[in-house]
Amino acid sequence: MPDVNSLYGPLDPAPDAGWVEAGPRMGFFTDTSVCIGCKACEVACKEWNGVPDSGFDLLGMSYDNTGALTANSWRHVAFIEQPRPAGHGTPPFEDLPTGPPTSARSAATAAGTATDTGTDPGVPPGRPEAAARMAAGPEFLGMPGAQPPGRATGADTRTDFRWLMMSDVCKHCTHAACLDVCPTGSLFRTEFGTVVVQEDICNGCGYCISACPYGVIDQRKDDGRAWKCTLCYDRLGAGKTPACAQACPTESIQFGPLDELRERAAQRVAKLHEHGMPEARLYGHDPTDGVGGDGAFFLLLDEPEVYGLPPDPVVTTRDLPKMWKRAGLAALAMAAAAVAAFVGGSS
Amino acid sequence: MAEAHPVGFQWVMEAKQRGAKVFHVDPRFTRTSALADTYLPIRVGTDIALLGGVVRYILENELDFREYVLAYTNAANIVSEQFADTEDLDGLFSGYKPETGSYDQTSWQYEGHEEHARNRGTGKERESAAGLEQESHGPPVPGQTMRDETLQHPRCVYQILKRHFSRYTPEMVARVCGIPEGKFLELARAWTENSGRERTGALVYSVGWTQHSVGVQYIRTGAIIQTLLGNMGRPGGGILALRGHASIQGSTDIPTLFNLLPGYLPMPHHANHPTFDKWVDSIRHPGQKGFWGNSRAFAASLLKAYWGDAATPENDFCYGYLPRMTGDHGTYQQVLNMIDGKVKGYFLLGQNPAVGSAHGRAQRLGMANLDWLVVRDLFMIESAAFWRNSPEIATGEIVPEQCRTEVFFLPAASHVEKEGTFTQTQRMLQWREKAVEPPGDCRSELWFFYHLGRVLREKLARSTKPRDRALLDLAWDYPTNGPNAEPSAEAVLKEINGYEVATGRPLSGFPEARDDGSTAVGCWIYSGVYADGVNQAARRKSRHEQDWVAAEWGWAWPANRRILYNRASADPEGRPWSERKKYVWWDPDKGEWTGYDVPDFEKTKPPGYRPPEGASGPAGLAGDDAFVMQGDGKAWLYAPTGVLDGPLPTHYEPAESPMRNPLYGQQANPTRKVYEHPVNSVNPSPPEPHSQVFPYVFTVSRLTEHHTAGGMSRTVPRLAELQPEMFVEVSPELAAEVGLAHLGWAHLVSGRAVIEARVLVTDRLTPLRVDGRLIHQIWLPYHFGSEGLVTGDSANDLFGITLDPNVLIQESKVGTCDVRPGRRPTGPALLDLVADYQRRAEMTPDRQVPIVTTDAAGGDDAAGSTDEGSAGAARNRGGDA
Repeated sequence: MPDVNSLYGPLDPAPDAGWVEAGPRMGFFTDTSVCIGCKACEVACKEWNGVPDSGFDLLGMSYDNTGALTANSWRHVAFIEQPRPAGHGTPPFEDLPTGPPTSARSAATAAGTATDTGTDPGVPPGRPEAAARMAAGPEFLGMPGAQPPGRATGADTRTDFRWLMMSDVCKHCTHAACLDVCPTGSLFRTEFGTVVVQEDICNGCGYCISACPYGVIDQRKDDGRAWKCTLCYDRLGAGKTPACAQACPTESIQFGPLDELRERAAQRVAKLHEHGMPEARLYGHDPTDGVGGDGAFFLLLDEPEVYGLPPDPVVTTRDLPKMWKRAGLAALAMAAAAVAAFVGGSS
Repeated sequence: MAEAHPVGFQWVMEAKQRGAKVFHVDPRFTRTSALADTYLPIRVGTDIALLGGVVRYILENELDFREYVLAYTNAANIVSEQFADTEDLDGLFSGYKPETGSYDQTSWQYEGHEEHARNRGTGKERESAAGLEQESHGPPVPGQTMRDETLQHPRCVYQILKRHFSRYTPEMVARVCGIPEGKFLELARAWTENSGRERTGALVYSVGWTQHSVGVQYIRTGAIIQTLLGNMGRPGGGILALRGHASIQGSTDIPTLFNLLPGYLPMPHHANHPTFDKWVDSIRHPGQKGFWGNSRAFAASLLKAYWGDAATPENDFCYGYLPRMTGDHGTYQQVLNMIDGKVKGYFLLGQNPAVGSAHGRAQRLGMANLDWLVVRDLFMIESAAFWRNSPEIATGEIVPEQCRTEVFFLPAASHVEKEGTFTQTQRMLQWREKAVEPPGDCRSELWFFYHLGRVLREKLARSTKPRDRALLDLAWDYPTNGPNAEPSAEAVLKEINGYEVATGRPLSGFPEARDDGSTAVGCWIYSGVYADGVNQAARRKSRHEQDWVAAEWGWAWPANRRILYNRASADPEGRPWSERKKYVWWDPDKGEWTGYDVPDFEKTKPPGYRPPEGASGPAGLAGDDAFVMQGDGKAWLYAPTGVLDGPLPTHYEPAESPMRNPLYGQQANPTRKVYEHPVNSVNPSPPEPHSQVFPYVFTVSRLTEHHTAGGMSRTVPRLAELQPEMFVEVSPELAAEVGLAHLGWAHLVSGRAVIEARVLVTDRLTPLRVDGRLIHQIWLPYHFGSEGLVTGDSANDLFGITLDPNVLIQESKVGTCDVRPGRRPTGPALLDLVADYQRRAEMTPDRQVPIVTTDAAGGDDAAGSTDEGSAGAARNRGGDA
């Protein structure tokens, strides 16, 4: 008997998918407040999973030369330079002969540097004005209204500065649209509650790509198949920690039963609030959000958009029942009309 | 640290979680700064001014750990009345000899010890980097000293220190370093508040401190602070060097250096050490306190390990076979000798000097002028490919068809493909197993040298020439196994540990070493690593199964001691300073030292022991002489001997600087090693004219994504793609000044080279206000070269060669340059551009770099001398130097 929340709302996905003796749902909690941007996760992931390179291109997006999650990058560390206060005792550039910040401008320049990663859609070019807004500079190319309210420092010298780093990954949604739309059954729900592509079944139709609300899943151009993080399904089966979490030196990437991780994350946020970091917040932890909560969720230090994450993702198949209902109604109505016309015509 | 040592940085993050405040001082805002509580930008090359400011802050506010300082340091020692400070001599100490560029250290000695001075200003110590010998022990001084326990005597070390640093005020720190006063005080307060009886602080540094023409004095300044605050020999304290690679500590313990033998025994000098006895006496210094009294046994046992049966007491253990130094054989002298055709062949192992060493062009030109070159590496690196692929080919300086060097490239096994030990910064040896067989022809270093020696010996077997005896008499017999006849690394470890010759029984520690030929020890400080025939370095007992000191994980030299000088963790009476920082203490009931670690003291010598008059060696140490390897048993705030560029650290400007030294007329280290050679020009610095031709300060360092010269990362796609191109980081202010655009091109020009790089304009860099001037700093990664998956110009090409006098390390963390937008010229036009800059800066071939820039010691240039009185005093006192 399918759960009433099968397509939307809180749910334990593995039993829902038919696993009889599923263990606890496993996932990632990525605490960006302790991320040091070393990219060990990216390397470990590629090493373990045999993921090819994604091009040797200088993107100019701070120290991010990966660009985005693609079929050839299953972990992606974002770097965001911002003229905003961080937890520093004194602002980093206080009392120095600085001019206005440039981070908005360089982020805008970098937004146009997308290059061929050998995947599709790969790393499409970003929108310069959006990139600049995310960098939260006080002014940008004569468009002073571009940043959200309260962001502009108004000063013509920079004193505050922070450098955000965040290791992004497939969210392993509770309601995974990629899986829902997969016509071959290549994408499936594992006994750990994660979502995995079986590369020997994928036929490269690409439906999953447009279905993903996060823009995670991506196709390799050379073989046409879709690839993404498996949460190291093979390692999990052997009782091991996923490669990225294993390699993370600062425990920014934590792996474990999702319930425990959510508890730990709540404590961590409370602690950061206590230590004067009110901007700390969780993302993807809430089972009542648009995807029923993520199997991989995050502690962020700014709005999700700053990290390139959608602020309010919704599983693209949420409205399927409604749509089918309406389509069904429409079909019935048409059928009725046709019948009526026929009946009417014959009378 | 997060940038270059991310794995070690996890402990900083853990400490931060537990409430530690992290301060980060760096010219640019790095990944470490992002996680620090306070970030302090600094002008490159001014750390002594910053640290000197902290020393002054401690002394002026009397924040030193006074009981510790009185008992365990030389603060109370009285210094000779002949001593004159940099405050008196405008940046020089007494005894400077301009003709040799070195110091006669007679006047630096403790009161009454003047005639014991070893260094008389001949410059010889600098040639052999003699400072390196002090890595495991202090330099010699007579044991008996005059002291004033009230610290009031005007010539006691404490008062000298106070006067010496009196001008390193917060205002001066701001003026020299560009660090705002408020930030400096925040740092000084945090450091002092977190040291003392209940708390300790650790100091962690890396090559950003060492690679300077005053590199050793950077560390000295850190050591003075840590000693004043009582942070040495105690848990949570200390000074730790983060190494640039795995086992760099190991490669000084069992050295790959020209002037040392294993265990910091000095390589003999042909003139100073003609006989075994003279050599040994120069190490053990008869009459001195401390544990070097036994060095004859260590020296004899080393030679016994080398030459086995051939080494006997009658032939001085084949001492005659040991090679002798004749002067400076350091890597930079060698390179210049190669260019001059004086070196025929060269072995290059695990090193990529064409990219990683200062003055890349000199490195490549040198290697292109050899008869043969053997390169062993994991990948084809620039130092093996320079003859067919290097910047000098485009300029026509190297022509592949004509390059005379025959290069032999031998593939090497990586660390997972061979067994052996790593020694890390805590002096801990950790054994690693071989995980996989090396592929194809790849072989370990051990295999290479063992079989090279074997084949050479076979080829010479019938030789009757005396010169071949040293090779033929070697004890060169190690068990091998496997199809490739890989020598047993454990057998080598056993020899390093030492054994009884007659029975083969492994020694339990260096006290068992003998000077009669009955023991053989490969490296005396490592003795004990194979005690009981067990590979102690391979121990892997979990920290959860033992106490927090974890003495059964790996093995640390000496004697598995985890903290050196840990006698200082107890007060003079032998009681712990505090319950919180309890570590090693005297147990009066048992009458012995005990604690969590192996006590660094004679086990049963009570705290109240006072040696009889005239006692020397270990017997000369009192019960509270905690620093047992020092000639006087004390930690040295003031170094009366041993450090070649001064008994105290002094701020000197880097060899290349756009600034006049704000503190003294003496601009740069007057004892630095300068090589006058046509290939090696130095950009002018004040008071010389034309420093404005190279107006910007640049520094280089690592990115997390790459490893040193890139041989192990630019060749690996998973790393290469993460930082795929050479770039230069500039502040928005400099970008506006020069006209640089984000992701555009720039080229940088020094008196040696032009390199190009993509531009990253970033808020992470900032200009500084220094001495009333705006100083722009530029940062470059030094990982790039012309081979591998990703290539780019080498940042180290910009540097010239100027060395620290103590250990001959190059100044490759700071230089001056010009920056211009756009790509660099190619071909001969590139040489023209450098020549044009040289012409504008008047860097003519006959120019002499001015070493002395104050007339305090009779130099020609008085431009910086602001104080007539001090200059006059200098003339008077310096006259008899």
